[in-house]
Amino acid sequence: MKKFVIAAVAALAIGSAAQADTLKIGVAAEPYPPFTSPDAAGNWVGWEVDFLGAICKQAQLDCKITPTAWDGIIPALTGGQIDVIMSSMSITAERAKTIDFSDKYYNTPAMVVVSKDSTITPDPEGLKGKIVGVQVSTTHADYTAKYFAPVASEVKTYQTQDEANQDLAAGRLDAIMADSIALDAFLKSDAGKACCKSAGNVKDDPEILGAGVGFGLRKGDPLLAKLNAAIKAVRADGTYDAITKKYFDFDVYGSK
Amino acid sequence: MICPSAAQLSSLELLGFGDCGWGATLVWGLTNSIMIALGAYALGFVIGVCGAFGKLYGGPVGRDLWAVYTTIVRAVPELVLILILYYAVPGLLNELLIRLGHARVELPQFLTGVVVLAFVQGAYQTEVLRGAILAVPHGQIEAARAMGMPPLLVAWRVIFPLMTANAVPGLGNLWLNATKDTALLAVIGFSELTKATQQASSTTKAFFTFYPAAMGLYLVISLVSILLFSRIEKWARRGQRDVRG
Amino acid sequence: MKEFLKPHRIVMALLALVLVVVCVVYLRWDWLAKPKYQALIVTGLIWTIGLTVSTMIIGMVLAIPIGLAQAAGPWYLAWPARMFCTVIRGTPLLMQLWLLYYGLGSLFPSIPWLKDSALWPILRQAWPYAVVALSLSVAGYEGEVMRGAFNGVPHGQLEAGRAMGMPAFTIFRRIWLPQALQRVLPTIGGETVLQLKATPLVSTITIFEIYRVAGQVRQDTFIIYEPLLLLAVIYMALTGLIVLMFRWFEGRTPTRTA
Repeated sequence: MKKFVIAAVAALAIGSAAQADTLKIGVAAEPYPPFTSPDAAGNWVGWEVDFLGAICKQAQLDCKITPTAWDGIIPALTGGQIDVIMSSMSITAERAKTIDFSDKYYNTPAMVVVSKDSTITPDPEGLKGKIVGVQVSTTHADYTAKYFAPVASEVKTYQTQDEANQDLAAGRLDAIMADSIALDAFLKSDAGKACCKSAGNVKDDPEILGAGVGFGLRKGDPLLAKLNAAIKAVRADGTYDAITKKYFDFDVYGSK
Repeated sequence: MICPSAAQLSSLELLGFGDCGWGATLVWGLTNSIMIALGAYALGFVIGVCGAFGKLYGGPVGRDLWAVYTTIVRAVPELVLILILYYAVPGLLNELLIRLGHARVELPQFLTGVVVLAFVQGAYQTEVLRGAILAVPHGQIEAARAMGMPPLLVAWRVIFPLMTANAVPGLGNLWLNATKDTALLAVIGFSELTKATQQASSTTKAFFTFYPAAMGLYLVISLVSILLFSRIEKWARRGQRDVRG
Repeated sequence: MKEFLKPHRIVMALLALVLVVVCVVYLRWDWLAKPKYQALIVTGLIWTIGLTVSTMIIGMVLAIPIGLAQAAGPWYLAWPARMFCTVIRGTPLLMQLWLLYYGLGSLFPSIPWLKDSALWPILRQAWPYAVVALSLSVAGYEGEVMRGAFNGVPHGQLEAGRAMGMPAFTIFRRIWLPQALQRVLPTIGGETVLQLKATPLVSTITIFEIYRVAGQVRQDTFIIYEPLLLLAVIYMALTGLIVLMFRWFEGRTPTRTA
């Protein structure tokens, strides 16, 4: 029995050594267009996927996209099931207690989207007595919990941003709050055009909403320096702007 | 290739295998589901055999430990068990490896899913197999022992053949449970049929195309499995008198 | 009780106690002290127990005609009942739940008068969908069970009733149904436990029952195991309660001796 265990562990270790150079990039399994979403053939496409390709080429890493549930993505990182989180994860002090963040690679404000005939404004007065929807485990959920939950009639949390969008279109929600670009993609879609409009950006709170989006790594991971260098290089040589032009007509890096 | 929006595609095109059809994704998800279910069922069966024999013929401590295992697994929801094991299994394995001096190992998602579901299946399999063994006429086992057969030979020649017929209905139900439990893995992000359906329908908004299609696929697995198990039961009961007399 | 005092059982009970004490002392339980989470746990428990009880009752009420239709009904009643049970038992509950909530939800924009109707406040919330999906699931599984139960009641009893000139509904009410229910009481007990274990799925359609609370704690504090362990203990306690309750029921119904 003992020999069997040692042999099995050795086989796993050898197998893992062979895979040691492949970096498992944790991406939320839930679609988050236009940053990451699966297409009909099952490949992952989007701004972040292209950006990842540029970074991995620059840093000469073998990257493999590993879909992971968004709700458990940080525990998956600390537990070793993935090596890097690349899933539009905002850099916050709270999260930085558990994981390390690379430099930011984009920063966009948070927006509230409401139904077409609504008069809601994106602040606590406007959302008094309304039903607000957010995606679970996001900075937007934290922001909503702090500013809107005391006045809103109900805050509903969803596993995916898309489910929140659907419920807004179905009329079950009065407002949703999420990243402005992701919501922009929703508003450009058929369902979004028919049902909803933007109520504007929320007042920024950098402590909760974070200082931009970065890669997530385990604490003390030496890969951090490599990734930061790659981000600098990709921004300097114009690849970043080229990728951004494919998807957006404005700069997503943010001024801060 | 930019695909036209889902409203412009017919249901058949959406489900099909063309460039904009999600058919391949769904079938890939289905294959994943079946493979995870097969792996979990097989491993669970092995655990169940050990558990059933342990509960019936083991020492007092062994019997109690198996009882604790089956009680806990049958009392706690699968989703909770799956979550706990999903974090615990790789975590503990890596702890062990680090203690032994090796590097951490990245467990493939598939393996984690199989181990997690097998843990749950094992408890139910233990109960089904235990009930089936208890239904074997004791006289046959006593006769075999009186002949001086060693315990392993008794198990192989007498217990297993007679127990199979009693176990098959329960085992059939457990197989159906295994195939449906793979849907729970969608909640932790595994790419199997339910997750693929969720992704496809949320990207294309064509719910009433993809959900019924996926449910149809699950139904097909169920019906084929039920047919298969009734054939197996007929084979296992060959030579036994029909109940109707 | 004497069984419990055997030496190996005492040692194992002591070991379990030590394990519990170690867990309580060394793992992080500071989050339990926060009133916010305490309130969430209470609400979550109410949702879980409420959903289990209500869907079992509604499901059983539906299961009786479904089982009866299959056992004694004409083909135009038996066949749809059979189809219903096959579909419910052949597809995962999670899919049924999502199809009902998100699928129906996607139809709402195309029904403009819906928002002004009286149904709207109900259709807006998530719990009606959870109740319907779970009840249909119970009806599908228990319909099968009731079919077997109705078939299993000895025919002699029904014939005797008919010979006495009892009308059909009276036979059903006084002989067939009570006997069928009594036969399946242990199975229904097991199915209630299974229903309890199915309730975590409704957290995916925004209902805050206790499984979701563990997720909330994990999201806020990144503590993984402790909320899940507490959850496992809670579910084990609830299962124990259900088992005890059904054992009491079985003790109260008269059983055939010999």
